[in-house]
Amino acid sequence: MIAFLACIVLFLIGLYAIVTKRNLIKIVIGFALMEYGINLLFALIGFRHGSVAPIITQIDMPRRFVDPVPQALVLTAIVIALGTTALMLAVALRIYNRYKTFDIAEIRKLKG
Amino acid sequence: MIELYLFLFIMLIAAVIATEIKDLLAAVISLGAVGFSVAIMFILVQAPDLAIVQIVVEILTIVIFVAVVFRTTHIDETIGKRFASTHILSMVLFSLFAFLFLAAVVQSLRELPRFGYATMRVASEYIRLGLSECGGANIVADVILDFRALDTLGEATVLFTSVIGVLALMRKIGRKR
Repeated sequence: MIAFLACIVLFLIGLYAIVTKRNLIKIVIGFALMEYGINLLFALIGFRHGSVAPIITQIDMPRRFVDPVPQALVLTAIVIALGTTALMLAVALRIYNRYKTFDIAEIRKLKG
Repeated sequence: MIELYLFLFIMLIAAVIATEIKDLLAAVISLGAVGFSVAIMFILVQAPDLAIVQIVVEILTIVIFVAVVFRTTHIDETIGKRFASTHILSMVLFSLFAFLFLAAVVQSLRELPRFGYATMRVASEYIRLGLSECGGANIVADVILDFRALDTLGEATVLFTSVIGVLALMRKIGRKR
């Protein structure tokens, strides 16, 4: 319960950065923090005490594994997080080259 | 599991530093601290595949962030400025939302199985059939490459789209000056 709540708090810290920060890099960092929080929450939900990683090393071993389904889902989500972060940073870099600032309050006018 | 809670604590401290510090390079390095703490926690909850992927992705993320910060500026000039009225409004709205969200989450986390006692209704079938049906000893690889392969196809589509987007944004030729 405490571990789950810590993941939710990490998610909220990321949301705080997205909503209240005015620097574009800080906003991208907030997105990354939200992704980490949710990925970790999924991996923690699949854990069982006294279990091993879901890899069959011997054919007749006792199959007491942690849940492999959240791990498979998170494996997909981690890689997608890299793609979205790279895309957001590319947009931020183009915006900086045009306006010479990361402050979203000064990026008002759409110059053609 | 005391070390898990220790790393959760370190992760939260590093996350607060990453959002609040003035130097953007330090913020990026704090984000790296969060990511590597997550990787270590993946090892602690018996998810070695996730730990490997998280370490590789984290290094790539940090390299991209540092490249962007080096090409632009590493001072967050918005920190320390006078608070605008929209900023105060966003703070109030966020704290209201966070309160409601935490209340709802605490209610819904009670419905989940307790930490360390996962119910494995779907997974028991995958574990029983994984080796005989797919021939892979790693059940996670069986799930992503065979049982749920369409998910992985969608992931490849998203990755391809993001790569095309980055290439289109960063191109040198044909750009209007």
